[in-house]
Amino acid sequence: MSDAAFPARAATPARTAAPRGRLLDGPAGVAPTRRMNPKRIMVYGGLIVFSLYYLLPLWVMVMTSLKGMPEIRMGNIFAPPMEITFEPWVKAWSQACTGLNCDGLSRGFFNSVAITVPATILSIAVAAVNGYALVNWRFKGSEVFFTILIFGAFIPYQVMIYPIVIILREMGLMGSVWGLVLVHVVFGMPIITLLFRNYFSSLPPELFKAARVDGAGFWGIFLRVLVPMSLPIFTVAVILQVTGIWNDFLFGVIYTRPDSYPMTVQLNNIVNSVQGVREYNVNMAATLLTGLVPLTIYFLSGKLFVRGIAAGAVKG
Amino acid sequence: MAQALRAAAPTELDGISVSIRDLSLSYGSVEVLGDLNLDVQDGEFLVLLGASGCGKSTLLNCIAGLQPATEGQIFISGQNVTWAEPSERGIGMVFQSYALYPQMTVEGNLSFGLKNARVPKDEIRRRVARAAETLQLEPLLKRKPAALSGGQRQRVAIGRALVRDVDVFLFDEPLSNLDAKLRAELRVELKRLHQNLGNTMIYVTHDQIEAMTLADRIAIMRGGKIQQLASPDVIYRKPANLYVAGFIGSPPMNLLPGRLEGNRFTGPLVADVTGYDFTTRPRGPEVVLGIRPEHVRTGAAAEALPIRAEALVEVVEPMGADTLVWAQLGQTPFRVRMDGESRVRTGDRLSIGFDPASLSLFDAASETRL
Repeated sequence: MSDAAFPARAATPARTAAPRGRLLDGPAGVAPTRRMNPKRIMVYGGLIVFSLYYLLPLWVMVMTSLKGMPEIRMGNIFAPPMEITFEPWVKAWSQACTGLNCDGLSRGFFNSVAITVPATILSIAVAAVNGYALVNWRFKGSEVFFTILIFGAFIPYQVMIYPIVIILREMGLMGSVWGLVLVHVVFGMPIITLLFRNYFSSLPPELFKAARVDGAGFWGIFLRVLVPMSLPIFTVAVILQVTGIWNDFLFGVIYTRPDSYPMTVQLNNIVNSVQGVREYNVNMAATLLTGLVPLTIYFLSGKLFVRGIAAGAVKG
Repeated sequence: MAQALRAAAPTELDGISVSIRDLSLSYGSVEVLGDLNLDVQDGEFLVLLGASGCGKSTLLNCIAGLQPATEGQIFISGQNVTWAEPSERGIGMVFQSYALYPQMTVEGNLSFGLKNARVPKDEIRRRVARAAETLQLEPLLKRKPAALSGGQRQRVAIGRALVRDVDVFLFDEPLSNLDAKLRAELRVELKRLHQNLGNTMIYVTHDQIEAMTLADRIAIMRGGKIQQLASPDVIYRKPANLYVAGFIGSPPMNLLPGRLEGNRFTGPLVADVTGYDFTTRPRGPEVVLGIRPEHVRTGAAAEALPIRAEALVEVVEPMGADTLVWAQLGQTPFRVRMDGESRVRTGDRLSIGFDPASLSLFDAASETRL
């Protein structure tokens, strides 16, 4: 940063071309910045301590998952494995017993994908249209409608668990993957609608007016003008929904059966199984496998995510 | 549906491009536009001028169909379009913020409206090429709006209206986001465009220079009502009321309160107004005398004029081409615009004079022109 300031200041003619020239003594030019000062040491020191604090459990998990059981029994949970083995990972993926089935987490992984992908796409599609309509096509009572929708975000899930059981049973979706998809779409609606409403209301209203003068209709304006310029907010919505739905345990355990259990429920069944020896290495590998999807998403979209969160928060 | 909404053209609308009848708009109990009537001639350049919040942009949005009116009718090219969609009205609109579609190229921006109207492909290409030529946009066609300068963006916005081959152009403060130099350039370009196309143009601005230079007629608005609708010359020389007198002109007209008995005005100065062109007889003796700073003569030139007085110079602002003098006439502030060559200093006594024909008289109670 100080590099950028240097040529600008040097080029100021009033300073360099002063008729009398510079005085020989005394400071001139760019002020020097010290690389290390007490303030910086404090800031970086604090950051390092905090990141160690958060990274330590991850370290233990990764190390434990690469050890065999005999080595684990020796203690030393922080030590790296003396002999690296991928056996626990293979077992967690394809052999670990989760209740009745003994085919590992793979079944849960594909169930979770089958739940997360349609639920994310559906909830974002509906919420984006909701937000767009609430901003640009105000109708009588649209504010009231929005208030009710947002109110939905504050109702505790526990209140709605049993009514939803009845609804799903009547619809014939109880226990199926699609029932859980429906639940996630409905519960994602308030917050994702709010996200899109805020983003669309931060766009200049003239854009919408210009598109109307140009003869574009409800869908034309949405799909051809607004959606193409909404990449950041779609990214945020995808991240929120994918991680939220992937990590969900409560709805998964209530509304599905063992053969349609999502990965999180299977993970719980592996880790909390009471028969036999506790295989810490398998448990750690299973947990890491389950967490891999949200982790990958955060890594891939970090920059866009921050930009989108900022964009959605501009206007209430 | 468009056909049903567009009733047969009344013959009284011949030669009138846009006609607004008894138009009202209220938000709840707040009246934004009140019983507004306005006829815009074919090919006319009409400027809606007013301070912010006067309803000028709202009126333009009503004409465009972006804001439904509470009462009244709007006719465009002889069709009743009061309930018609914006795209069915035969209008093109240019916005202050350009409102270009950021993800489309310039070409995409220009052709978007035509694609929506399902115009054949080669017709679209022909019209885009013609608009690009008129506005010198050819080298920019493949660029995105983010890669354009402010002036170029506004030309694309104008082009978007141009390709649609409409009868009426609506401009909502199109130059307000540009810097002063570019604004002056585009102003001339707009005027040239109007001369070449001959379309009706309705132009909203709060900049009186734009209004004076561009307009065939200016409608000065305040509080949702039209204060005066006339040519720039009439607005400047014969403002219809005190508001218009104070709004147009920079610096504004000197307004001196006083009494009028017969043709004799008594106030901060005494004047015989014989030669003033009265439109009505005064209702009471209380009047306001208005004289523009640039119509005041000084020194030797003042001696020959029928109305004379002496003012005390307080502040002198040399502006190059001319010099603005802030003076006191008795206790009343008085502004004089002098030649840039004149040498005046603070504390000088300045002899001033002006012609009764160049002044304006207003009734003090009703604030309307006498």
